[in-house]
Amino acid sequence: MNVMLPGSLSEALDTLASDGAAIPIAGGTDLLVHWPVHVEAHERTYVDLSRLDPLKPLGWTADELMLGGLTTYWDVIRDERAREELPLLVDAARQVGAIQIQARGTWAGNIVNASPAADGVPVLMAYDAVVVLESRRGREEVPLDRFYSGYKQMKRRPDQLVVGIRVPRRRYSYQVFEKVGARRAQAIAKVGLAITRSGAGWRVVAASVAPTIRRCPAVERLLETGTPIASPEALLPAIAQDVAPIDDIRSSAQYRTRVMARVLYHDLRDFWGKPG
Amino acid sequence: MLRPYGRPMAALSVSFSLNGSPVTVDVDPSARLLDTLRYQLGLTGTKEGCGEGECGACTVYLDGLPVNSCLIPTYQVRGQRVATVESLDPGALEPFERCGATQCGACTPGVVMTAWWIREHPELLGTHSIRELMAGNLCRCTGYDGIVDSVAEALRETGSGRRET
Amino acid sequence: MKRREALAKLTGRERYVDDLPLQDFLWGMTVRSPAPRGRVTAIRFGEDVDWSQFVVVDHRDVPGPNVVALIEQDQPVLAAGYVRHVHEPVLLLAHPSREAVRRAVRSVEVVVAPEPPALDFRITPTPEWIQYGTDNVLKRLQIVKGDVERALAQAPVVVSGTYETGAQEHVYLETQGMIAYLEGDVLVVKGSMQCPYYVLKALQHALARDGPLVRVIQTPTGGGFGGKEEFPSHIALHAALLALKGGRPVKLIYDRGEDMAATTKRHPALVRHRTGLTRDGRLLAQDIEVVIDGGAYVTLSPVVLSRAIIHAAGPYACDHVRITGRAMFTNAVPFGAFRGFGAPQSQFAGERHMDVIARTLGIDPIELRRINLLRDGQTTATGQVIRDGTDRLVVMEQALELSRYREKQRQHAAFNATHATLRRGSGLATFYHGAGFTGGGEVALQSRLRVAGRPDGRVEVLSANIEMGQGTLTVFTELAATRLGLAPEDVTIAEADTARVPNSGPTVASRTTMIVGALVERAADDLRRRVGLDDSARGAAVKEAIQRWHREHPGEGEPLFGEAAYEKPPDIAWDDKTYRGDAYGAFAWAAYVAEVEVDLRTCATRVIDFVAVQEVGKVLNPALAKGQVQGGVVQGIGWALMEECKWRDGAMANNQLTNYLIPTSDDVPSVRVAFLENPYPHGAGGAKGLGELPIDGPAPAILNAVARATGADPRAIPLTPERLMELLDGPASVGAQHAAPLR
Repeated sequence: MNVMLPGSLSEALDTLASDGAAIPIAGGTDLLVHWPVHVEAHERTYVDLSRLDPLKPLGWTADELMLGGLTTYWDVIRDERAREELPLLVDAARQVGAIQIQARGTWAGNIVNASPAADGVPVLMAYDAVVVLESRRGREEVPLDRFYSGYKQMKRRPDQLVVGIRVPRRRYSYQVFEKVGARRAQAIAKVGLAITRSGAGWRVVAASVAPTIRRCPAVERLLETGTPIASPEALLPAIAQDVAPIDDIRSSAQYRTRVMARVLYHDLRDFWGKPG
Repeated sequence: MLRPYGRPMAALSVSFSLNGSPVTVDVDPSARLLDTLRYQLGLTGTKEGCGEGECGACTVYLDGLPVNSCLIPTYQVRGQRVATVESLDPGALEPFERCGATQCGACTPGVVMTAWWIREHPELLGTHSIRELMAGNLCRCTGYDGIVDSVAEALRETGSGRRET
Repeated sequence: MKRREALAKLTGRERYVDDLPLQDFLWGMTVRSPAPRGRVTAIRFGEDVDWSQFVVVDHRDVPGPNVVALIEQDQPVLAAGYVRHVHEPVLLLAHPSREAVRRAVRSVEVVVAPEPPALDFRITPTPEWIQYGTDNVLKRLQIVKGDVERALAQAPVVVSGTYETGAQEHVYLETQGMIAYLEGDVLVVKGSMQCPYYVLKALQHALARDGPLVRVIQTPTGGGFGGKEEFPSHIALHAALLALKGGRPVKLIYDRGEDMAATTKRHPALVRHRTGLTRDGRLLAQDIEVVIDGGAYVTLSPVVLSRAIIHAAGPYACDHVRITGRAMFTNAVPFGAFRGFGAPQSQFAGERHMDVIARTLGIDPIELRRINLLRDGQTTATGQVIRDGTDRLVVMEQALELSRYREKQRQHAAFNATHATLRRGSGLATFYHGAGFTGGGEVALQSRLRVAGRPDGRVEVLSANIEMGQGTLTVFTELAATRLGLAPEDVTIAEADTARVPNSGPTVASRTTMIVGALVERAADDLRRRVGLDDSARGAAVKEAIQRWHREHPGEGEPLFGEAAYEKPPDIAWDDKTYRGDAYGAFAWAAYVAEVEVDLRTCATRVIDFVAVQEVGKVLNPALAKGQVQGGVVQGIGWALMEECKWRDGAMANNQLTNYLIPTSDDVPSVRVAFLENPYPHGAGGAKGLGELPIDGPAPAILNAVARATGADPRAIPLTPERLMELLDGPASVGAQHAAPLR
């Protein structure tokens, strides 16, 4: 195994530019799982980001929250303004493992790990977050809802690093994060839903029901147009357009579909059939 | 006669603060902090329960926050402060002894580390319950009441806690 | 008294097997079968490894009979050309580098010519699946009382039901592990275990080594729950074989994945009830069939089945009972001991069935139990007359009061009528657990124990019963100190080292306090007599007499000790052929109430309150006893609601703590515990067994609560949200599509 220990962002970007197979490592909460038996992972080259201090803090400007490339869940949980203005970030962060994971896991790591069951990504997507990528070739910004192209596929080139996540500050008239897991704490989501409503419209983001975390445009349209919905079953056609749940070791496609329909139906009961 | 196996890896020299004292260790780049502590530095109080960041038995403090040492490459702690269960003051653990925080003891060092951190940060209880904060430490013996009671009692003794079970 | 070793555990100073310093040793690992059944046609060693650096052991290296000695001599130490389950050990490797041995294991290919595996214990095996006897039945047992067929035929009402329970993984937080080395000619094996003498016997047998040439030492054991009853013998043998062949100490520690995949679990069970009753709910006949999955070897399945059927009829009076039991061979990883040992499975069925009966007859489940709970003078299914003076109705009534059961029923009705998506309900289970080995088992064990007197006047308890968190060290200390009037500091408990301690039997079956504890008391009495004192002498007099004895016997080789051996209480009798008589010296009695909240959106069930009331004889250490109950209840909550083994070819596919979930602190309520005391004259200090009881009640109480809350009729555990949703809404398929795997 090879590990590069860059002391600055520019060194890190140089390394990534010169070694296309190098893997950036931040908190290690995904990469180190079952590490001793993943002997093939020991053959690779890693670029340790842990000393890139400028990427650690989160920052507020007049119109956005900027999460750093190394900002952790715990950083957000302890941020009072986040709790007030973007509470779904805090809700989601509190459901990522427990303190031991929250203290190490980073929002950027959650994005690039690209798990369809991620907890951090749905709320970021529901807040219209933008991923800021940097490489030797310059800076690029990709809206999170256009970041994934397939299972574990994303618009990050191997030489790029996520150096920040921009989250616009808006007034939300409705927002909720629902994580359905096999237990209350420390469980991987069977279904995740982040729902927001702002001047920019409705955002409905679903996790664990498709190869990637994704927005649900058909469901969003039902909300925007004020289509009357009289039962969870009435949502099934839209859900079928938006997501494609599967049977796996954690749950079944049927359960996931039904839960998604019911949670959407009940949580949004005040809004169905009421346009704009 | 047995010979060393495999291709040699370049050892990394890693210096950090361990329980308040500086240490330097030569480690394989693939070494986890948990293994470095246990097998290289002889601090076996930190336990391995799962190797996947679920059980919390390997909890140590990294720059003051509880973390799973099974998920941390040793090279990442260079220049940082690591504290293990061996750093705690045994005299202050009396509430944990009295309230049944330990049975088999395998989860206990991790439990104590998280519990002690809560004790040192009572302000967390403004937003979190003890049960939520302890959720990263699996225990199969106590059913958690003994642990939760111990934390509440330790907080009460420091004069900063709220009663909670 | 506070837990004796608590501070050592809290500070991380307690040294478990993987914490012990060891010099110049090899790491051992196991190569396992990839297939559930078949002939091993080849073992291929990868060319990427320099095998000359490794110690390699296969079945030909086993010096004695290639079996792990237990009830039957059927399970090999290492597979000899034929495998019967996935993960069956085939080969052992050792190397100084742990990473090297991990890589090497992956470079060995065990080639198996597959044969059809039997994988479902619930269905009658077809001829190509038969691998044990003529029908794959490992063991058959029956209890008969009265004439059940006639009573069923005459009963005004007959209620039938079928119930299923899943496997459960122990998840002791310390994974299994052993170290083995030679000390001169003596093979020393140390590790995490419940039964040092089981390990000793297995080593002596398969290694063909005489008694004194093997020594087994238990290290502080990080949880067992039965998982370290019979299985450690395998790891001990593996470590020993590697150490003997390699000529160096060997450490063999399972990681969590291997531990979950390859070690035993709780036996899955299927239980059918056919119950005859009067219209007002009096039991007339109980016809019960219990089938358990034994897996690929006999292991302890016959005795698990025995305990399962003995407890199957519940703590109720009924004149006509027939209970038949079968343990089935399958090509699954063998199932084994787990806290409760068959009783949780059969009592889940029995107690859930009571509520099914109540619903069918339209009577209150409490009333149904009140009518039928055993009164003193009545008999159990085996004909054991219960006359211990405990009022089982009072146990139940106290649980109802503590849980405010009746008041809650009204509150739940109002809540459920108005809430859009949440439903609440409470459920009850009344149950019992027999302590100690079944029937004549304790006589057969011939347990012996010593209490030694030291020159400084202190005493030392020498026993093979171990501490695994349940409190043996503390309770034995208290018992010896109380008996002799000494301070706890004047009592030490010897390390469980077979070279020093007599065989006081295994640390299982809720027997340690009640039965072995009584030996501590009697051995203490014997010690006192040996120093010339009568039973009234206490404290300083005892200490001085011990010191005097040593002064008067200077330099003598003969140490001073008192000894006690198990003696059957005169009033119990058991016939193992007919399965009639006193199955246990004593039963503990309990009534548990669970209050649940079900989210109809997700069908997730949360236990929001739990009350556990039990009568366990005398409670010796209230704090430890409460902790045992709370821990057992939470383990039961997990088994009832979330702990699910997913199977692939008879092996656990979700062998990670990420995918096999046990409750966290945030998933369970505070468990409220109360004890009723009615001292048992033959138990230490009046105590009855307690360790297993609390796992029997939570699952039925919780499912009864879910049934009340939702109107569903769940019959199987774990009652996952997926299962409950199917029960409430049917299995109609909506939108299922197969795409890339999640995560």
